[in-house]
Amino acid sequence: MTLATDLMNYALIGAFVVVGLCQLMAMVRVVIGPSTGDRILALDTMVVNAIGLIVLMGLAQGTRIYFEASLIIAMLGFVSTVSYARFVLRGDIIE
Amino acid sequence: MTYEIIALYAVSFCLVVGAIFTLVGAIGLLKFNDSMTRLHAPTKVGTVGVGALLLASIIYNGVFLDGAVQELLIMGFLFVTAPISAHFIAKVNMHNGACDTPPDLPENEEWATFDLPAGDNDLLPKGSTSNT
Repeated sequence: MTLATDLMNYALIGAFVVVGLCQLMAMVRVVIGPSTGDRILALDTMVVNAIGLIVLMGLAQGTRIYFEASLIIAMLGFVSTVSYARFVLRGDIIE
Repeated sequence: MTYEIIALYAVSFCLVVGAIFTLVGAIGLLKFNDSMTRLHAPTKVGTVGVGALLLASIIYNGVFLDGAVQELLIMGFLFVTAPISAHFIAKVNMHNGACDTPPDLPENEEWATFDLPAGDNDLLPKGSTSNT
């Protein structure tokens, strides 16, 4: 039991580090992205990584109260990506 | 007892798989050298990466807390909306000229990405006959 618990704790810490590193790499792409499409794509990736980080935090604390937050962030991320793309394509969000 | 140990190993495996796929997506987003190529990499993050992390959460909640599969909602939502946002970002790349222009369409049609809203108001858009 204690070996499996230690393994899960190490895997949790490693997943935290790796997903946070991926968030930083997506931020680098937001800064240096040559075109607007790259920046929108990097922001979309950052939203998905944020959902992963929130799920990991709920797993580390052993609660389920972060489920609604991650669901709302998923919806807001989709809507913001589509509205950014619509703004670039049409010059207006709601025609 | 044995059941919980197996569940802990499964949670660890899912966490490692999710972290690896998230790292692969971020490296691809950072290292590829074309806009359309960069569009390909972060789809791994949206499907397998976060999917494995949510699966780990489902297993952990099902074994150690009162079981609930509400994380399937997030997974389904991400699986449904990822192609739509990828489609829109690809249209943005086409609109910015960041990729090769798609081939000409027959019958004087226009690609919907290059269709401007000012052209929608006219009954006959520029130099083309309506064929719908």
